[in-house]
Amino acid sequence: MLSFIFKRIGLAAVITILAVSSLFLIVHMIPGDPVSTMLGPRATPEMRAALEARMGLDKPLIAQIGLFFANMLRGDLGMDVFSNRPVSEIVLGQVPYTLVLILVSITWSAVLGIALGSYSAIHRNSLGDRLTGILSVSVIAVPAFVVSLYSLLIFAVKLQWFPAIGAGDAGNWGDQLHHLVLPSLAIGLSWVGYIARLVRASMLEVMGEGHIRTARAFGLPERQIVFGYALRLAILPTVTVIGVGMGFLLSAAVFTEIVFSRPGLGKLVIDSITTRNYPVVMGSVLFSTLIFVASTTLADIVNAILDPRIRAGK
Amino acid sequence: MAVLDIRGLSVGYSTPRGELRALRDVSMMVPEGKIVGIVGESGCGKSTLISAIIRLMAPNARVGAGEVRFQGRDLLAETEAQMRALRGTQISMVFQDPMQTHNPVLTVGRQMMDIQYRERLSRAEKRQRAERMLALVGIPDPEARLNQYPFEFSGGMRQRIAIAMALMAKPALLIADEPTTALDATLEVQIIKRLRELQDEIGCGVLFISHHLGVIAELCDEVVVMYAGEVVETGSVRDVFHAPAHPYTRALLECDPGHIKVKTRALPTIPGNIPDLVNLPGGCIFADRCERRHAACAARPTMALAGDGHRAACHLITERETA
Ligand SMILES: Nc1ncnc2c1ncn2[C@@H]1O[C@H](COP(=O)(O)OP(=O)(O)O)[C@@H](O)[C@H]1O
Ligand code: SF4
Ligand SMILES: [Mg+2]
Repeated sequence: MLSFIFKRIGLAAVITILAVSSLFLIVHMIPGDPVSTMLGPRATPEMRAALEARMGLDKPLIAQIGLFFANMLRGDLGMDVFSNRPVSEIVLGQVPYTLVLILVSITWSAVLGIALGSYSAIHRNSLGDRLTGILSVSVIAVPAFVVSLYSLLIFAVKLQWFPAIGAGDAGNWGDQLHHLVLPSLAIGLSWVGYIARLVRASMLEVMGEGHIRTARAFGLPERQIVFGYALRLAILPTVTVIGVGMGFLLSAAVFTEIVFSRPGLGKLVIDSITTRNYPVVMGSVLFSTLIFVASTTLADIVNAILDPRIRAGK
Repeated sequence: MAVLDIRGLSVGYSTPRGELRALRDVSMMVPEGKIVGIVGESGCGKSTLISAIIRLMAPNARVGAGEVRFQGRDLLAETEAQMRALRGTQISMVFQDPMQTHNPVLTVGRQMMDIQYRERLSRAEKRQRAERMLALVGIPDPEARLNQYPFEFSGGMRQRIAIAMALMAKPALLIADEPTTALDATLEVQIIKRLRELQDEIGCGVLFISHHLGVIAELCDEVVVMYAGEVVETGSVRDVFHAPAHPYTRALLECDPGHIKVKTRALPTIPGNIPDLVNLPGGCIFADRCERRHAACAARPTMALAGDGHRAACHLITERETA
């Protein structure tokens, strides 16, 4: 197990290096000189000179990438063009908001989706299964920003059950949770449907396998068969999909954060793009990449915990 | 008394084409402590018969008529809870494909302990029992192997584990559905030998399904020959194999040059096909492929006594007597 985890983290490191290098190259390939690209049109000559020196633009590209990584590892992502605060500090200030939003969204939708999917598979073709199926397909089709807008209008503006904007008072957990409800509803809703469909399909497949028949032939209680023997296999594909789906979750978070005026990576990216604050854009994208790589890695590790064959590399 | 006594069992599957009549008026017995073999081509209803006995049938299956008496109780009349109490305690199963039999993500030990959930034993005691059972079926170093997962075992080992699991509760009836078909010949011999020894010790009745006539001859006391959803011949292995009374049985054996000591492990092929079980022909079910077909065969033959405890469903038997 440990060797699997180490291998997988090694792979994640390689992926991160490749991704960050491409990010670096993309910024360099934008027409115009990288310094004005990165600093934007409002940079002063002093800023340009400082950045040019720090980035070592006279050196070969490979050395530049090396320097970029060296800076990155030291936690130096450059300076915000306007406030002159370190980018890392700005981005790290926003990351927790987005992470909490995404994690809460995917957790509730996974729990509900797995429950509904299992129910549907066990009571296949029942009224409940059909209703779940219809509802799932309908919510899958609705994008997060539509749910955001409507839930904002209905639950925040009209019914006033939940606050419309912000993330709640710092340090006040209840208030923050209250502010999380609508945004995480917006992000998680389509996932409930998606996961329910996925779990239903794989549950049906697993329940038809030989080992389930064996378990029944030994008179094991149906509860144990479903939850102890089948579910563990049936959620493997879902874990992978959630890991890879982090990209979609991040982009859904962007829209949602904007609709609800929540702080977070999404709002930061949009704000910095509109003001052409490139160092901050780079920093935010870098963190999104890290979150994505971490989530796929984590999904693989969870699957390896669930399935010994993956651990053994079979 | 018989452990298992099946009387007039009919089972159908509903299909888009209509009802597929997989079993028709099947009667057979497993006497206490005896090994009864079932032979027959693929699709003749062997697995359907087994699934009806333990009542784990496909959702589209329906029992039309009949009784499945296990130690005198009609299993078809039991509640689901009563059935579940029997499964794995009084009646155990070994399935055909050892690669599919075990849960791939749980250790063998965990699965062997789980099936003892009804026993009032500590975890350590359950583990010990599992370990003893693995040793009995010939798995070396059982204590360590209990911590391994099914994929860490070969097919032969997995089938041994399946047998160990099935016999752990000392059932009154063991049902094995082609347990050695997926294995190679040497393994087959070893496993059959072990099964015979264990059966001797436990004294359970065994219903053993196989394609392999040699194995049936070696292992079984009695044999039931099935064709297209019907029992066509029953009797002691000796009688049936040395003096087959039904042309189908005879054809199977004649296709075997070495007779019972067959080299080929698949059931010999005889020309023709099993009839369509949705649109059954009238008369004798084997008539299409029978070399001895004659006028009388347009009527369905019933089981007739061909010798002491030896029966077959063919008009030739009664005709021989009357002639
Ligand atoms: N679930 C099912 N639905 C429809 N037909 C089935 C089903 N299961 C088996 N059958 C049919 O029933 C017949 C007997 O099958 P089976 O009992 O599996 O035979 P065997 O085990 O002797 O090969 C075959 O014609 C098979 O196609
Ligand atoms: S009854 Fe007639 S057709 Fe059927 S097996 Fe006997 S001889 Fe052949
Ligand atoms: Mg079969």
